[in-house]
Amino acid sequence: MNFILKMAWRDTRASRRRLLLFSLAIVLGVAALVAVGSLRDNLRFAIEEQTKTLLGADLTVTARAKLEGEAEKFVTGLGGEQAREISFNSMLILPDAGGRTRLVQVRAVEPGFPFYGNFDTRPADLRSRLGAGSNVILEESLMVQFGLKPGDRVKLGSAEFIVAGGLLAVPGEAAAVATMAPRVFIPFAAVGDTGLLQAGSLARHRVYVKYAPGFDVEALVRDERARFREFRLGTDTVEERKRELGQSIRNVNAFLSLVGFASLFLGAIGVASAIHAHIRQKVPTVAVLRCLGASARTAFSIYLLQGLGLGVVGAGLGAALGIGVQLALPGLLRDFLPFAFEFSISWAALGQGLGAGLIVSVLFALLPLLEVRRVSPLLTLRSALADTNGRRRDWWQVALLGVIVLLIFAFAVWQTGRWQWGAGFGVALLLGFAILAGLAKAVSWLAKQLNLRALPYAWRQGVANLHRPNNRTLLLLVSLGMGTFLMMTLYLSRDTLLGQLRVVGGNDRPNLMLFDIQDDQVEPLKKLLADNGAPVKQHAAIITMRIASVKGRVVADILKDPKSGIPGWTLRREYRSTYRGEMTDTEKLTGGQFTGRVGPGTEPVPISIEENLARDMQVAVGDEIVFDVQGVPVKTKVGSLRAVDWRRMQPNFFIVFPEGVLEGAPKFHVMALRVADADHSAKVQQAVVREHPNVSAIDLAIIMQTIDSVYSKASFVVEFIALFTVITGAIVLAGAVLIGRSQRVRESVLLRTLGATKAQVNRIMFAEYLALGTLGAAVGAVLAIGANWALAYYVFQVKWVAPSAVVLLGGWAAVSAMTVTTGLLSNRGICDHPPLAVLREET
Amino acid sequence: MSAQSILKVERLTKTYPTAAGALTVLHEVSFDIPAGGTCAIVGPSGSGKTTLLGLCAGLDQPSTGSVHLDGREIGGLSEDQRALVRNECVGFVFQNFQLIPTLTAQENVLVPLELRGNGADEKEAAELLARVGLGDRLDHYPTQLSGGEQQRVALARAFINRPRILFCDEPTGNLDGDTAHAMVDLIFGLNRERGTTLVLVTHDLELARLTQRILRLRSGHVISDEATGA
Repeated sequence: MNFILKMAWRDTRASRRRLLLFSLAIVLGVAALVAVGSLRDNLRFAIEEQTKTLLGADLTVTARAKLEGEAEKFVTGLGGEQAREISFNSMLILPDAGGRTRLVQVRAVEPGFPFYGNFDTRPADLRSRLGAGSNVILEESLMVQFGLKPGDRVKLGSAEFIVAGGLLAVPGEAAAVATMAPRVFIPFAAVGDTGLLQAGSLARHRVYVKYAPGFDVEALVRDERARFREFRLGTDTVEERKRELGQSIRNVNAFLSLVGFASLFLGAIGVASAIHAHIRQKVPTVAVLRCLGASARTAFSIYLLQGLGLGVVGAGLGAALGIGVQLALPGLLRDFLPFAFEFSISWAALGQGLGAGLIVSVLFALLPLLEVRRVSPLLTLRSALADTNGRRRDWWQVALLGVIVLLIFAFAVWQTGRWQWGAGFGVALLLGFAILAGLAKAVSWLAKQLNLRALPYAWRQGVANLHRPNNRTLLLLVSLGMGTFLMMTLYLSRDTLLGQLRVVGGNDRPNLMLFDIQDDQVEPLKKLLADNGAPVKQHAAIITMRIASVKGRVVADILKDPKSGIPGWTLRREYRSTYRGEMTDTEKLTGGQFTGRVGPGTEPVPISIEENLARDMQVAVGDEIVFDVQGVPVKTKVGSLRAVDWRRMQPNFFIVFPEGVLEGAPKFHVMALRVADADHSAKVQQAVVREHPNVSAIDLAIIMQTIDSVYSKASFVVEFIALFTVITGAIVLAGAVLIGRSQRVRESVLLRTLGATKAQVNRIMFAEYLALGTLGAAVGAVLAIGANWALAYYVFQVKWVAPSAVVLLGGWAAVSAMTVTTGLLSNRGICDHPPLAVLREET
Repeated sequence: MSAQSILKVERLTKTYPTAAGALTVLHEVSFDIPAGGTCAIVGPSGSGKTTLLGLCAGLDQPSTGSVHLDGREIGGLSEDQRALVRNECVGFVFQNFQLIPTLTAQENVLVPLELRGNGADEKEAAELLARVGLGDRLDHYPTQLSGGEQQRVALARAFINRPRILFCDEPTGNLDGDTAHAMVDLIFGLNRERGTTLVLVTHDLELARLTQRILRLRSGHVISDEATGA
């Protein structure tokens, strides 16, 4: 063992630079893994935190009616720390502002809420003022709108409250988008004083529950599902909310996993290439050792130890680099970051990165290392005689290949968290590998068949190098092709994702909504808003209505029928519907035909229903629904079903009528617009209230900030990690080319010795690298397009857009140029020195 | 095998499969060499000299026939078992030196001992290197040594494990006249000092005549086996 250790160390003396390349591939691969893993964990942690914050509790239970009797007992029996809330819409009266009124969402909360996140107010820390008494905290936009200040009086029903301050943000208010009413928080005990809650009043009763850390809320909800249904209670958990955070966040996670996978695979290719070149150079040494009495195991152990040692060092350095990059990042990029983002070390990611790096380095190194066992001592006498057993199949190599394939799939599944995705990535990578290996064989064959006599000597030599013994066509085409494939896939995926983020979270989203707009105010208001630099982005008419009957059965009968299976809320609720001539860009037709306009007297009216609501209501295209539109029955039939992207901040509707039916019905209008900042928002709101006092405004800034912050973080992470991996890939690619140097040194030197000029040697290299670089990059780019389509379609579930020719050609040209440049640069040392010196040094 | 014989070759045949069919490079070669003796194998290029040396030294397996080395039939041994035999009782000197480029002269000499697990007897390696005239070049790498010096390191390495038999493949083939002469003196001198059997393959008939016996090969056949009287 002592000899093996000593020999493994001594043997690196002349090849440490080359082995450094091997380390570099692992260092950067592991660094990427650790960085990606930590970032992913940080992001997950942030999402987890924000989700909890958005929920404000571990579990919320919601009821449409007051919790009484068995339902009350059941909810109390759920345990944990509980805080109750009653919320309902009402008009806020402002005695100090001439008795003006405003529709608000009243929230009466018990102490305890929110359990997570900050109840942000101005002045700060007003939450404790809601413990009792007659304090009220108003949405700050409301205070701005009416010029209210702390100490002013407001009235809700018959109770008078003192304004404590303004509300900035409330955990659990993501759904506030749909309320379209400013929030007014009052003490729970004060709700009775208002006298607003009468029998039959539409109020939402919510119980926030906080459990001890580690409590399995999901299991509780799962186990008690039947009872929640029995009492018509809705639930929301952190996990459910996390799922609801949207497709984009899921995409980002999947993307980061892909990046981690790509980094590792690229590193692995670097390892295999470096070890392959290393072992080729060490064959004579192994033959001597075998001749002097070293067993196959001893010789193998020497080089395995080298691979293992460098794997350990590389993985360690990579982990340190990964952490270093993260720790240094906020400082380095402070001026460029749109938010404060603190990284914390994820020990799990560190361990995973180290472990994965080590396993991958050893497994991929083993593939070429196994050849050591088959080196014959006869090589010391003559190489031609030693090849006789080289052609036999090595079942260890076959088994190892199987393990590596399994590892690729296992790692992909582990990283993406879904076996379908993992299998997809694995298949894509293996397919890419197979295609490139096949291409390499074809190129070698073609190079041999070509009659190039008409070409100058240097070009003939360059092309002939593609098929000659010990050619690097397979190694370089696979390395370059896979590198290009992975890098371009990342780049294209990044484009796909960021494109989606720009659509969902772009800067031109509406952030101020005006409602309660009367018909005759629409045009003057549009002009006023345009004059104030906030033109209307979306405009919808809203008509309130209730459902009278479904498929011929009146609502009351259905609600009484315990077997109906239709959720009561779908039948009881007041629908705020609209009419328009076409679908918006947040909607997609999933059934039937959308009717944009009908003639006078058309009956039944073909309406469009949101597909999930239709499923809950158990209606399909053609079914009849009668609406009670403020006292007037309107007979309709389901004409179409729509999928609605509720993530978008704009008026979305369950029910859409065609034009030509509801124009005469009592209605109000909603307008969505974009304001530049809080000052602009205040200016616009004050102008609107001055001219149109009845119009209410909802500043979406608080909600937007939450979502913007999540999306900004996500897009930054995507860009940064993609860049990191692209650099890793570039280094591995450069490494792959540099590794080939040693194989060409001898013949370059011989050519120089025989009188070739530097230019001739360079032309030979240029021809070879040009062929390999352009072919590898072209196939990699084509594979990347396929992978990008598959990812967009199956994983990100977004519309695939063909990448621009400029991007593809640019990528292809960049990889080709890098291959040729690196190849020529790697030869520079050989051409700049006298052949003898290089011969002694390199051979 | 006679009691004194260290190498006994019987009806040794080696055939290689080639694209054009089987190629037999040795045909039923038989001879034996007594312990402490010296023997040269000579013949034109392609006569099978190196193949025969490789088989005798346990570097390859015969197609048919047998090789007894130091009383053991090595033809049926696995490659690792043969490696053990080589380490225990065989020394090599090659035409192209075959030093490990990453090891110093002294480290190269010590490899056979270290493989044996006996630890590095650096003193003995230094003494052997001094014996071949390289006492002041212990820490030099092969690239820092001339061809003759490299071959002397190889000779020191060949004797470090006190082999019972030394195989030399054209030991002076890459050396100039004076250096070759000095090398021959060293080989035969050490051979005598240590009582080692010497088998050398050479084109050089002058060198061959320094051995006690010359085995002539042509087209894989032994065409003569004569004593030189040396």
